[in-house]
Formats: sequence, structure tokens, C-alpha cells
Amino acid sequence: MNAMGRLSLQDKLAILSDAAKYDASCASSGTARRDSRDGKGLGSTEGSGICHAYAPDGRCISLLKILMTNFCIYDCAYCVNRVSSNVRRARFSPEEVVHLTLEFYRRNYIEGLFLSSGIIRSPDATMADMVRIAKTLREEHGFRGYIHLKTIPDAAPELLEQAGLYADRLSINVELPTDASVKSYAPEKNPVTIRKAMSEVRQKREASRDRSHTGKRPARFAPAGQSTQVIVGADGATDATILGQSTRLYTGFGLKRVYYSAFSPIPDATAKLPLIRPPLEREHRLYQADWLLRFYGFAVEEITAATPDGNLALDIDPKLAWALANRHLFPVDVNRAEREMLLRVPGFGTKTVNRILTTRRHRTLRYEDLSRMGALMKKARPFVTLAGWSPGALTDTPDLRARFAPPPEQLSLF
Amino acid sequence: MRTVALPDLDTARAWRDAARALVAESVPPEDVQWTCGAPEQTDLFQATGQGREADGAARTCARRQASVSFNVPKSFVDLAETVAWHSDPERFARLYAFLWRLRDRPVLIHDRGDAALAKLRAMEKEVNRDKHKMKAFLRFREIGAPDAPRRRFAAWFEPSHNVTEPLAPFFARRFGDMDWLIVTPRRTACFERGEISFAPGQPKPLLPEDATEDLWTTYFRSIFNPARLKVKAMQAEMPKKYWKNMPEAAAIPGLIAQAESRARAMQEAAPTLPPLRAGRIRERLHAPGVLRPMELTFNDLRRKAEDETRTARDGYGRVVLGEGPHDAPLMVVGEQPGDVEDREGRPFVGPSGQLFDNVAEEAGLDRKAAYVTNAVKQFRYVQRGKRRIHQSPDRSDIEHGRWWLDAEIKLVKPTLILSMGGTAAETLTGTRKGILKRRGHVEETEHGPVFLTVHPSYILRIPDAARKAKETDLFRADLAAAQAHLEELRAA
Repeated sequence: MNAMGRLSLQDKLAILSDAAKYDASCASSGTARRDSRDGKGLGSTEGSGICHAYAPDGRCISLLKILMTNFCIYDCAYCVNRVSSNVRRARFSPEEVVHLTLEFYRRNYIEGLFLSSGIIRSPDATMADMVRIAKTLREEHGFRGYIHLKTIPDAAPELLEQAGLYADRLSINVELPTDASVKSYAPEKNPVTIRKAMSEVRQKREASRDRSHTGKRPARFAPAGQSTQVIVGADGATDATILGQSTRLYTGFGLKRVYYSAFSPIPDATAKLPLIRPPLEREHRLYQADWLLRFYGFAVEEITAATPDGNLALDIDPKLAWALANRHLFPVDVNRAEREMLLRVPGFGTKTVNRILTTRRHRTLRYEDLSRMGALMKKARPFVTLAGWSPGALTDTPDLRARFAPPPEQLSLF
Repeated sequence: MRTVALPDLDTARAWRDAARALVAESVPPEDVQWTCGAPEQTDLFQATGQGREADGAARTCARRQASVSFNVPKSFVDLAETVAWHSDPERFARLYAFLWRLRDRPVLIHDRGDAALAKLRAMEKEVNRDKHKMKAFLRFREIGAPDAPRRRFAAWFEPSHNVTEPLAPFFARRFGDMDWLIVTPRRTACFERGEISFAPGQPKPLLPEDATEDLWTTYFRSIFNPARLKVKAMQAEMPKKYWKNMPEAAAIPGLIAQAESRARAMQEAAPTLPPLRAGRIRERLHAPGVLRPMELTFNDLRRKAEDETRTARDGYGRVVLGEGPHDAPLMVVGEQPGDVEDREGRPFVGPSGQLFDNVAEEAGLDRKAAYVTNAVKQFRYVQRGKRRIHQSPDRSDIEHGRWWLDAEIKLVKPTLILSMGGTAAETLTGTRKGILKRRGHVEETEHGPVFLTVHPSYILRIPDAARKAKETDLFRADLAAAQAHLEELRAA
């Protein structure tokens, strides 16, 4: 305790934000609308999130993402804060977290707070401290910005209940794609309690939407929903396993987002997990596949069937890979095809498809129209036909894949 | 040729009023010249040379236009509202030219292939992006006393378009309890005691140092992960032109320069020995009963079932627990007890249970060796005369049943679970969707492998005898496949 007393606020901030950076989520969108035009508080949320800065790792900085403390009694192999690591430890007082959040917010650096924590003493004690910070911000300072709390899975349900009333989003990380790998790399974590906590959050969210018999609405519970994160590349799970887990999480627990975080070298790593170059490309492909699942009507098997080993192709995107493997369905007639099929054309996004559908009600579309509507014609060309364009034999040329894949290059050592 | 001079302030509305008047008067786009940036008090329609009388007419028209009905699609109004803040001097002419065409063909607004509309939409996007970047990258510095009841902040920002005015309400909603001043080259916005006001643009003011910027830069440096350097991705979202007014940007070159060596150092560092306390903490944590709560027993379950039966709500029967060997390799999960099951207090003894028994025997599946239970534990019904009519379980029934089923699975620890029907599938796999497509397959779940099939009552409800026989065959095949899969799992 004495050693900690000597750390300045700046030192603590450096340690506790360094410890928080392996959480990918920084979203501040999709919550209830609030503002402080009444002059009695600070902050607003208006639907879309704002990224206030970008770090040179290309990640957006929207929230003050910190740990309350990086002391932790758990020993998760992939984590920089595990009990067996020798990183410097620090602990914020609740007042310090509140102070930093408000002062940063007033200067327009952030949208709000993303608070997480190592497990100290007990899950309940840790969670209670986090809830207290959120409560102080909301009730004493009238803070109306965004709050994301990382829930501690084993904490008592009453604490979870309170957390949901103060926070916009709750999250619990499933961490690894299978129960077996959680067991071997995060021995103190229990996948069953993690899922139980997620299902409690879902139920409370659903209950908060039902009106009572008098027609009164209960207080909103975590209006921006819940999310989770899974580390990619630390264990041997294939993309098919990971995406299968995501589908179950989306359908089973109504999650808003599953974040994929490429396992990245950490200071003072354990010998259990050899440090490798983070599989950033794989992470990117997983996000693309995740989008296909949620917005483009693809099923997991369709996406993963394109390659035999259950992993997504790294050189081309999953939608293109699917189209190349299913060429008998192409070319698609843009003026006639149904929405479901248009969504499957490589180079067409959801917005482009909507524009196509509204415009073709009034007139026949021509090739030139498509790029103005936002389509990536370089990708779409072999897969569509419409006035002014027919791909001819291009759709079935054997070297079509090679035209899209980037030329092979020498991999650097790191 | 007519010249319309729009004011610098409230430009979007002024353009709309002017355009409305011109359209009412049928002035074609080639006869109008638009200017903007005249002193704010001047008249809206400033005539040049011979256009004076005509403009007088336009003014009359502007007053009269309320009665002339010309309906513009709502989405064009929104588009014009945004494009009016663009810095392109052609913006008003482009808007008016498009509005002119829109008179005869209102559907044009939906035509994303139209070149003129595409250009306007692109301009709209540029303005919106500029607004978004200003919301994001503007940085306040404190200019008043930190302990004042209403604190005071100021910022200098250089937007690419005229977005300060339309953004002022956003900042007012956001920073409601403080006073602020936003200075830009073309416009100054001021918020004092809840009131927004505007003044002309100013050169960059000298703002006092703010110590919080050091804390912020510390945060920016620490949140960066040197092992995933992606400079292009950063610059695509945060172009260099914004950097000069952002305190944290000064740290960027250094972070990029050191990234590779930092990442390499992490990789090359040999694993260290864990600190002493780690061993002590782990030992304490892994003592029995600390991490995992004490397990329930079958007796606990039975007692709890009796308790709940006593307090069962109207329309709900008693809690019917599963039945079978407590170490059964196969667990069969149905929907919920029916009328007969509720009376007897045993699962799978009604018509569906009998059908299941028969087909299971034919399929070589030994029901006596399996633990048979339901996803929902209580019969749910409505009373009609002397009969109790079965009701499908709703979401809360399923959630309630989940706890019971979880407890049973933990106690029995089956090698394979046979899930029959939608309710069981929802409880065990999270969704009941597409059950007819998924039947006959094994899915991995948190409870271990689950084999999916339909519920026997589904077959009972088929009126057509031929179809019924066909579905019974399918069901039999599923049960046989489940049995085969179980044997495979046990052999492995």
C-alpha cells in the first residue's frame, strides 16, 4: 500500500490504461438519447458514437478505457495483469476515476468511460467499487455521457442489476473460443458462470422493455446492450469454431457485438503462450465474416465451407471467397434479382443494395449507375449483369481468384 | 440575370426561402446568380443593375409564396439544409438546378444514379464528415477558474466547411453546465449561461496552458499497442490536417518510431518468475469451495421441487423432475409435463411418452437406461370445463426451467443429450429456429453434445395417416442415429 501511495495520478493513468488496451471494444453508439441542455449536468449521447482520436495502431479512442486496478488474483495466461506477471501494479481511488472522466469529457477528449478491473479480494467487492464509480458519475455529477462497465462474471445478481441501471453497456468477455481452452488458459474462470451472467443481462434487458400492467415502463437496463470479446490466435481454434461460438452468442444471449482481438505480444508474457506476430489479417477477416452473419443473411456453414480447413482465406475476403465457390449462382441480374441475392454480390454493401432497390423501381439501372451508388465495381464486375454490361465468360474463368488475390510477398520477421 | 445574396448566418434557411420564391416565380437556374457572405444585416435579395425591379417582385413573391403550393420531397429539404454549409461557391446553384428538375420529376430524389444528385450527395457527405470530425477533434482548454460555479472553456478549430453554426446546438446539448467559446476562421460560437450566440470568425487566439492535456497525452501514449502498428488506418480516420490543434498528436511520431523495437523487446524478453504473492494467492483461491459453489444433490432438488409445487401459481401444475439412472450416459429432454404426467408426477407417461417408448424400442434405444426429463418442469394449462388444455411454455417458463435442467445435467453428467422439440432446443442450444433442418445432427453446446430431433407430440398431431407414418419413420431413424452416436462417444 505504501509503495502505491507514491504513484502520481499520471503514473497510475499510464499503468492502468496500458493494462486496459487489450480490450478491443471502444464503441459509444446505440444507447438512449440524453443531453445536458438543461444546464444541470454534463454530457450527451445521440445515437452514433464519436471517435475522438486514433492511436497509431489504427484503433479508435472513444472512451477513457481504464482498469480500476490491475491487481488480480486470477492467472489467465493471455493476460498482462495475471497474478503471476511482474508488471507494475496500481489502483485508482473511485474519486480519481470520476475526476479523470469528467475533466477529459469537459475538454472533449472522450465520449465517456469504459471501466474494467482486475479481480481483487472477491468478485463482489470489485464489482461493488465499479458500480459505485458509475453511480457517483450519474447521481452526484449529473454525467450523461456513455458508461461501459466490464462485468465480473461471479458477482452477485444485485450488483449486476445496479450496474445495468447506471451503465449504457455491460460486457463480459468469453475470452477464448471453447470451454476447453478457457479451462487450460484461464483456470479460475468458469465458462458456465460467464454464460449465466450473460443470460441474466439478456433477461433483465428484456424485462426492462415490458411495460407493467399499469403501462409504466421500468428503468432502462443497459440500453446499448451487451458485448463480449474473444481472443483469436492464442489457442488452436479454427475460424469455423470461433464463428460458431459467435452465432450462439448472438442468438442465445442477444449480444450486440462480439469483438475479436488478435492475440498480441504483451509485456512479461508467460512461457505457456509463445508470443507471435498478432494475426491482424485473420482478425479482420473474422470481422468481415461476422458482418456477413449479421447483416447479409449468410449462415456460418456457408462462409466456412469455402475452405476445407475451417479457416477463412486470408488473401481474399469471405464474401468473395463464397462467390467464387458458388459461381453457378452468378452472374446476378441487378435489375431483377431479389434483395437476398444482391446482398451476396461481392462489392455490394447494404447501402448500395438499398439504393439499387429504390432506384430500379423507377427506371432500369445501367452499369455507370452502380459505382455512383457506392458499389465496388472492380469486385462486382464478374458477378453482375445489367444494361451496358455482361461479364460473358469472365464469371467462369479459372484464374478469376488469382485476379483478386494480392501477389505473394515476402513476410517480414515481425 | 438575377443575383441573390445570402447572409453568412442562417444561410440554409435563407437559401430555402429564396429558392422557394424563385421557383414560385418560375425563374430558371441559368438566370440566377448566388452569392454568400454579405454583411448579415443586408436585405436578402440584393439587386444588381437592371434586376432591381424584378427583385422587388421576388420579394412580393416571397411573402406570397405561402399560398403557392410546391411540395418538395422531405429528403431534399434535408439534403439542402446540409449542402448549404459546404464551402464550394457553386453549392447554391447546384441545389437550385436540381430543385428545378425536381419540380417535374419528384422521383428524381430517389435516383442515386443521377449525376447531379450524386454530386450533391457527395457534398452532403463531405459536410457531414466535416461536422463529425469537428465533434471529434475539437479540444477545449480551460480559460476560467476550475472552482468557479460555472466553468469556462475555449477552443480553436479549423473546419473545412461552414459547420460551426450548425454544430453549436450539439455542443450546447453536450456541455450544458459550462460556458464555452469555439473560435474558427469563419465563425465564432459562444455559449454563456445557456444561450448560444455567434460572432464573425477570428484568427487563432492565444489560449492558456491546460495541465489536463499532459494527462490526456499520457493516456494516448499508454493505450497504444506497439505490437499492432497501423499508421495508414490511423491517418485515414484522423488526417494530418487536424493534428496541429490536438495536444496528443505531438506524441504520434515518437510512438511510431519506437513501436517496432518495443514489440520486439516484448517478444524477446524471457519469461520471468512469478512474484512471491502469486503462489500464496493461487493456493488460497484453489482451496475447495472458494471458486465453485458447493454442488446440489438430487435430494436438494427433490426438496426444492416439493417447495415449489406447494407455491405453484394458477394455471401451473406441480414440478415434475426427471427419472432414470443418476449416472445415465443418455439424457432425453422433452418439452413440459402434460396432463397425465402432472397427475402421476412422472415424466413421459402420457400419449407422447408412449409413442416415444414404442419408437425408441424399435430404434434400439433403451429408455430405461436413459435419464428422461423435460426442459420446462411444470404443466402449463388453461381450465376449460373439466379439461385442462395444454399451453405452450413462454419465455419466462423456459428461463425458469433452465435452472432445473442445468442442475439435472450437472448431476447426471450425460455423455449425450437427446433434445426433442423446439423448447428443449431453445433451452439447450439457445435457439429453436430451423429445428426441422437441424434435426438428426449433433450440436456442441455448453452442456456437451446435443442431438436434435422433433418432439413426439408433433407426430401425434399430424392428421394424415400416410404423413404420420412417414414422420414416425424419420423419428425412428433419428433415435437410432442418436443411439449410434452415443455408442461412438462412449467408445472414444
